[in-house]
Amino acid sequence: MPKDHGIGASSKRREDLRFLTGRGRYTDDINLMGQAYVHFLRSDMAHGKINGIDTSEAEKMPGVIRIFTGKDFEGVGGLPCGWQVTDRHGNPMQEPPHPILAQGKVRHVGDPICAVVAESAAQARSAAEAIMLDIEELPAVIDMKAAVQDGAPKVHDELDSNLCYDWGFVEENKDAVNKAFEEAAHVTTLELVNQRLAPNAMEPRVAVGDYAPGTDESTLYTTSQNPHVIRLLMGAFVLGIPEHKLRVVAPDVGGGFGSKIFHYAEEAFCTFAAKAIQRPVKWTASRSEAFISDAQGRDHVTKIELALDADNNFTALRTETYANMGAYLSTFAPSVPTWLHGTLMAGNYKTPLIYVNVKAVFTNTVPVDAYRGAGRPEATFQLERVIDKAARELGVDPVELRRQNFVTEFPYATPVAVEYDTGDYHATMDKLLEMIDRDGFEARAAESKARGKLRGLGINSYIEACGIAPSALVGQLGARAGLYESATVRVNATGGLVVMTGSHSHGQGHETSFAQVVADMIGIDEGMVEIVHGDTANTPMGMGTYGSRSLAVGGSAMVRATEKIIAKAKKIAAHLMEAAEGDIELKDGEFTVAGTDKSVAWGDVTLAAYVPHNYPLEELEPGLEETAFYDPNNFTYPAGAYACEVEVDPDTGKVEILSFAAADDFGNIVNPMIVDGQVHGGLAQGIGQALLENCAYDEDGQLLSASYMDYAMPRADDVPFYAVDHSCQTPCTHNPLGVKGCGEAGAIGSPPAVVNAVVDALHRGGHSHVMHIDMPLTPHRVWQAMHQA
Amino acid sequence: MYNFEFSKPGTIDEAVAALGADEAQALGGGQTLLPTMKQRLAAPEVLVSLTGIDQMKGICLSDAGEVCIGGATTHATVAAEAAAHYPALAALAGRIGDPAVRNRGTIGGSLANNDPSACYPAAALGSGATIITNTREIAADDYFQGMFATALDEGEIITEVRFPVPEAANYQKFVQPASRFALVGVFVAKYADGVRVAVTGASSDGVFRWTEAEEVLNGSFTKDAIDALSPPSGDMIADLHGSAEYRAHLVKVMTGRAVAAAS
Amino acid sequence: MTQVTMTVNGKTVSGDVEGRTLLAEFLREGLKMTGTHIGCDTSQCGACVVHMNGEAVKSCSVLALDAEGAEVKTIEGMANPDGSLSTIQQAFQDHHGLQCGFCTPGMVMSAAALLKDNPKPTEREIREYLEGNICRCTGYHNIVKAIMAASGQDVGAIAAE
Repeated sequence: MPKDHGIGASSKRREDLRFLTGRGRYTDDINLMGQAYVHFLRSDMAHGKINGIDTSEAEKMPGVIRIFTGKDFEGVGGLPCGWQVTDRHGNPMQEPPHPILAQGKVRHVGDPICAVVAESAAQARSAAEAIMLDIEELPAVIDMKAAVQDGAPKVHDELDSNLCYDWGFVEENKDAVNKAFEEAAHVTTLELVNQRLAPNAMEPRVAVGDYAPGTDESTLYTTSQNPHVIRLLMGAFVLGIPEHKLRVVAPDVGGGFGSKIFHYAEEAFCTFAAKAIQRPVKWTASRSEAFISDAQGRDHVTKIELALDADNNFTALRTETYANMGAYLSTFAPSVPTWLHGTLMAGNYKTPLIYVNVKAVFTNTVPVDAYRGAGRPEATFQLERVIDKAARELGVDPVELRRQNFVTEFPYATPVAVEYDTGDYHATMDKLLEMIDRDGFEARAAESKARGKLRGLGINSYIEACGIAPSALVGQLGARAGLYESATVRVNATGGLVVMTGSHSHGQGHETSFAQVVADMIGIDEGMVEIVHGDTANTPMGMGTYGSRSLAVGGSAMVRATEKIIAKAKKIAAHLMEAAEGDIELKDGEFTVAGTDKSVAWGDVTLAAYVPHNYPLEELEPGLEETAFYDPNNFTYPAGAYACEVEVDPDTGKVEILSFAAADDFGNIVNPMIVDGQVHGGLAQGIGQALLENCAYDEDGQLLSASYMDYAMPRADDVPFYAVDHSCQTPCTHNPLGVKGCGEAGAIGSPPAVVNAVVDALHRGGHSHVMHIDMPLTPHRVWQAMHQA
Repeated sequence: MYNFEFSKPGTIDEAVAALGADEAQALGGGQTLLPTMKQRLAAPEVLVSLTGIDQMKGICLSDAGEVCIGGATTHATVAAEAAAHYPALAALAGRIGDPAVRNRGTIGGSLANNDPSACYPAAALGSGATIITNTREIAADDYFQGMFATALDEGEIITEVRFPVPEAANYQKFVQPASRFALVGVFVAKYADGVRVAVTGASSDGVFRWTEAEEVLNGSFTKDAIDALSPPSGDMIADLHGSAEYRAHLVKVMTGRAVAAAS
Repeated sequence: MTQVTMTVNGKTVSGDVEGRTLLAEFLREGLKMTGTHIGCDTSQCGACVVHMNGEAVKSCSVLALDAEGAEVKTIEGMANPDGSLSTIQQAFQDHHGLQCGFCTPGMVMSAAALLKDNPKPTEREIREYLEGNICRCTGYHNIVKAIMAASGQDVGAIAAE
């Protein structure tokens, strides 16, 4: 029987009640008295030298309060980068300044040049149109390989070149890897593109800055996944506001997928301007603006080589990747193609020797940073595609080739510096095969063929790393932040609890699942636990939600704090029942003394904590409130096996997804319904990447897919019902809940399954020359692949 | 969007008078014009909504057996009410945009805009429809004059569109995956006096008739009849979603499918 | 400014608007009914879907003045009179048909319009009907399932509860 409450139950989401009735409170729903509006005048060219900005006519326009330019920010810090990568020669990456408003040059279409603050948004926009810009267009660099050629135009004149860093991992293994390739019985090589994507949370970004002159306090309401990080970065590095004078609130947030992790210029601007004009200042992005101002994702160009011995054992892996940073370093951009990508190149396999080279490149495009999966989808895609190609070249079953090379003993230290604590890759593969009726595939393919369609089946494994940690290690790797999480558990006198967490929910359902955990630990009704998040004024310093870390890291902090609560409550209970503390047990919200019929209810203990008439005051402080900070000692490693079945229309190249199955190992599960939903969403984004989505720039740096008219978002009729399973559970060994994280798996594991399936379909249709098609596999590209010579 | 004066006349005459103002523009369902205005790519000073003119709404059959559709009739209404008279036309209307768009967008608005990827131009040209305005009747063959260009004069309103009903017809739309407009759409209609094949989405000249296909289909209205044809040449659109060559190929594929579905 | 009057969720309301004021803006800013969301500027995402005279429309692509005299229904008017969730809303909660909640108002309004015309839609009909509603969180699985459930169909066989 499925559980009906607590850990393991599919509790219905309490947050749904407000979202389903139009009573959510998103940032754009916040309007402050006396609020002004800002419109950013953005560059319409990819690269240019600013010779002059004339705002005189614009300033006379109706409603204009003040126009800001880069000059207003000369004494202000730029947007900081939160991760410093060291290159393979031991040198720090090149790190150019990232101004709030352009200083001297514009470097991508969308780069903000001026900010017009006016009484209404329409007036601000009209005034922005009256600003006279004198910008000399410079040649743009868009293609990464061209950008690192000698003589290429430089995105940042003060840097040596457009190369941010040239990273080798593990540099010491390079020669051994090369030698293994020389000795290999077979080498499979694949060149591929992991295309640039726009994260496209459905809620565009919004920022509202406010300033209270009476107390000199600034408040920023913003669409953020991590308000404390914004407070730290913006306060300490950009505006110089001490944190105790700065409050950042991220209320209901309409999806993030990584794009709302980063500290953006518009946030700093609204906070700065509110103080400058002594009025609240609001900015609401349009979707068109989002396409040229939200950090984008992926954008890797890779050559991967896999060496195998005569028995088809993987002996070595070698990759060379160009990773696009865009025009500036977004907050965590340098870490994505390195520590979130190179460390995952072992995949589920015991390949003994691996060398990963990544060249991060500046181009005149929108900055690139973490997007759902962040580095891990890129690693998984390369690896699972090259293995499929190897199986095809060798004429062996792609599933068996994978199985033969699976890691089976844990813990397993990979040659790329991480240690998988636990897993069972055969189990998820077995489960997957059980789900998909692989034996029946040939009959289904024949049936498709009879209808003139080509059916294909793609299968792959994946592994990912969630809950990036520990802080001491990531510090050595260049992180300029810790990656712990925090929680304060406050028990009220009448027994209800408020959990103040540093994690942030923007769709993940923490208000429900976190409450399940605490209620389960104490044995009380979930309705007695309230989860508070998103406001630096009433939550402990936390690092926020991304990287599938909330339950594994934030949940662990909450468990630790709750354990402290229980420990103290037991002391109080022991006092009340005149028993030894060690004999106290807590079950179903009742404290009992082992071996006796004595008991005291949870509510009696909490009341005693706040009304300490009969209380051991000499030993114990009154009150019941505890805080914990949790810093995990390893990543968690969710893994699984995915399968996709497609049908290709050979006349048009159109791919239809017929079925998609996912067998995941997420360790222990708190709310299966929410976990399923996380996987579904990830799968749709992965299918979107595989078939539909593409941020394409032309050679002048204009974004061709700059609205939903050209950027193809997955719709309901692009995807099937998914079959998902998470019954294979190898609990994480190092966090108290044994959980691993489920937010990104779907997006990480699914693209190779789709592409493997399409290539399989084309081979079955006689197009045996097609070994790879770059994503997205649009009808046009599939048709072209079929008809290329 | 820039501000404008709004008016919503109740009759065609009032609408014509309102459109006499400087920089006045007619507004159909607004499903294309309003997004365009949001981008500040259009800036009328007066916007004249045609949605309040009851005489421009609805579907009927003329004495000559034509399906007559008021210019302000929504796609949803055409999809529902034309089905009995002209199923291919109703099916086309039922796949324009999405349900909410179909509840607002109008046939007159679509034809007046003449987006090169819109569906209605293919139906009108493929049916040899007559575009009726407040001043005249225009044959579809004379009406479409290239991308976003039509025979309409300034201030002229499409009050009605008359479709002769074919013996058989079908519309095949291959969607552009982002906008869901036609990457290529082919409308094939077989009349007693000949077959018409109209193509939308493919050409930078807008909707066009594929006359070579019409000729062979006049001989044999079968899918196989076009096998020997080369895809149409001419100014095919090449963009992110498909090369010119691919679009030309799709024209042939979609024409074949439309013929197969119609015959 | 021109005065516009309409009925929203059964209540007659009026306000002063410009010619360019969109129905979505009038609802959100004029009436402070912020349940209707704006997620794009090309009339595609559907977060702004409301019912106007009984039909689903994208309120970001309707001028407020063009809704003069109209009967408008928004997400705020979808619950039962006693405040409990309507059948469709309840099905969205029961089947986890929402995550961040941003597209949800439009999804619920579109679902209601669909079920009015087609009380027992097939999976395919639902997916096609939702062409104008984009969700980035759910992968649509549980939205489609919720709508099927709301129409009284047995969804027990659909994987992953």
